[in-house]
Amino acid sequence: MAYTIVEEKIFCSGHHACPGCNAALAFRYITNTLGQNTIAVVPPSCGAIISGPQPLSSMRIPVYQTTLEASAASAAGIKRALKAQGKDHINVVAIAGDGGTYDIGFQSLSSAAERNEDIIYICLDNEGYMNTGAQKSSSTPYLAYTTSTPGGKPTAKKNVAEIMAAHRIPYMATATTGYLDDLVYKVRKAKDIKGMRFIVILVPCLDGWGVADHEGAKISRLAVQTGVFPLYEVENGIKYALNYGSQGIPVSNYITRQKRYRHLSSEQIDEIQQVVNADWENFKVKFNA
Amino acid sequence: MSQGHTRMLLNGNHAVAHGVKLARPMVVPVYPITPQTPIVEKISEFQLQGVMDADLMTMESEHSAMAACITASLTGVRVFTATASQGLMLMHEMLHYASGAQTPIVMCNVNRTIGSPWGFWPDQTDSLAQRDTGWIQYYCESAQESLDTILQAYWVAEKVLLPAMVMHEAFYVSHALETVDVPDQEIADTYLPPFSPYHRLDPEIGASWGNVVNQDMFYRHRQTLGQSMEKAIEVALEADMLWEKLTGRGYGVIEEHRCTDAEIIIATTGSMAGTAREAVDQLRDSGMPVGLLKVKLFRPFPVELVRRALDEIPRVIVLDRNFAPGTGGFLHQELKAALYGLKNGPVIYGYLTGVGGTNVPPDKIAGLVRESMEEEPVNSSVWKG
Repeated sequence: MAYTIVEEKIFCSGHHACPGCNAALAFRYITNTLGQNTIAVVPPSCGAIISGPQPLSSMRIPVYQTTLEASAASAAGIKRALKAQGKDHINVVAIAGDGGTYDIGFQSLSSAAERNEDIIYICLDNEGYMNTGAQKSSSTPYLAYTTSTPGGKPTAKKNVAEIMAAHRIPYMATATTGYLDDLVYKVRKAKDIKGMRFIVILVPCLDGWGVADHEGAKISRLAVQTGVFPLYEVENGIKYALNYGSQGIPVSNYITRQKRYRHLSSEQIDEIQQVVNADWENFKVKFNA
Repeated sequence: MSQGHTRMLLNGNHAVAHGVKLARPMVVPVYPITPQTPIVEKISEFQLQGVMDADLMTMESEHSAMAACITASLTGVRVFTATASQGLMLMHEMLHYASGAQTPIVMCNVNRTIGSPWGFWPDQTDSLAQRDTGWIQYYCESAQESLDTILQAYWVAEKVLLPAMVMHEAFYVSHALETVDVPDQEIADTYLPPFSPYHRLDPEIGASWGNVVNQDMFYRHRQTLGQSMEKAIEVALEADMLWEKLTGRGYGVIEEHRCTDAEIIIATTGSMAGTAREAVDQLRDSGMPVGLLKVKLFRPFPVELVRRALDEIPRVIVLDRNFAPGTGGFLHQELKAALYGLKNGPVIYGYLTGVGGTNVPPDKIAGLVRESMEEEPVNSSVWKG
């Protein structure tokens, strides 16, 4: 599958991200695809740094930086006020990290989904609190090292994609910086849908994961090809569509390129492989139904 | 005024809902909490009946309700919400965020005890604990005053660009029925022009809010917030005078009742002011030179007006239905600070009474005044049941 990428120049160079940052890459394609007619909400996160300190901005659209718990509620407030003023044509997008989405911001996200707020919510998932120095979030995968789980995280990654799909919102999708054409396709599709739209984008954090500056896109591509992070869409909680899934590449190819897994024994890598295999078998059923 | 209003039997919360309807907010994010719920229920009814054209957002928490208020206000519409007690506590973070963004949100907080342990009674500690959040704070003693103050609060908030909290106490005001003059919509419309902020979130304007700032910019933001607060007293007086011109009802930012020639002044806020007024009248009848100072506007604190009111008065008795552990009654603290350096200022008695909602009838207040004659004032607040 290939999609044309049409970019409007909303995201500018000279922003404050680390060299090679995949979150900045995602920001570029999200905002450039949504276009000028957009207001963005960003909670404390690397996204807030990338957006730029006052009075500078890396984006040619209004950006409202809210508190960590309140992205979805803040975005909903903007959209309701726009509607009240007859400016319904303006897109409202919240772009939050995994901490602000899976953890502290989840209450307001889940409720915005229940109310079917007319907003796009995008989670830039780097699987940890990377902006504060790489601590564990509930998105951190099983056995991954973080500074708050130095022995490896003892529990599984929360499956936010399925939780959000279970809200039966009009559109839920997973994407990653390894497949930018797919990412752009999903953002554009979300833009044209009314009601709550949710996209979780896997964005490797080069520093937090221990990945070379030029390897971000490659790592996120391997996450898909190994079956760790399949790319798919769910409409109204029931209509599943797979975009890119496992190509049978061993998980070790993905894991051994990251410092956050370097403490693992070969038995532990095997264990992760077994879990990924089982998950993939269960997951495929959704597409055959 | 015999024209321009409808006389209705309303409880304090329904009076607030009528005030809100008259103010025509466009977005109303809400979350229920006792004893605030009748405000939200009445607004929901108004909306269903089609007599109020507001977008009601039924949020999942007070934190989110305030988050939505802030962004809706920043996007250029008038907003309202209501809360109480733990709900206000949960909003605390967002209260700072609202004043930092200088959003003229108006909120009614129904004063109720804060946990733990649980309680549902009138006690002002919830909102007084928010006194440093940069919100204007009004304390009302009756349903009529609450209705009128909601409209005044919008007038002031939108003029100085600060959020405003209107307080009345649980049950004594929130659930007690009174006859209330509900002004006609034309009067409210004459008073309150449509909200049209200069700065707003709009792609055509392109301005952002909330980004990281350096130390100097933060310093200047705080300074600007302070300047808005300073202006608010004068603007509140203006708002009150205009309202009085339109409806015949004015309250001032402080009220002085029988303070001429008074040797003892009872100072208090909220519903206790009504009870204290009764006590003052009783004591005057028995020949005691007593007066009442009601502090209606608590933030910004009307320091100069209070100093003028209490200059040359020998004795002030402060009644606090609130308690800050480690310091005492909030009004007691504020008055001591406000009167500092006044050459002929009063001695001040700080009494913690009615804390947790215990009943304080006029006789009790009269008794406290008499007791004070036998006591030397101490610096800290004293528990008086």
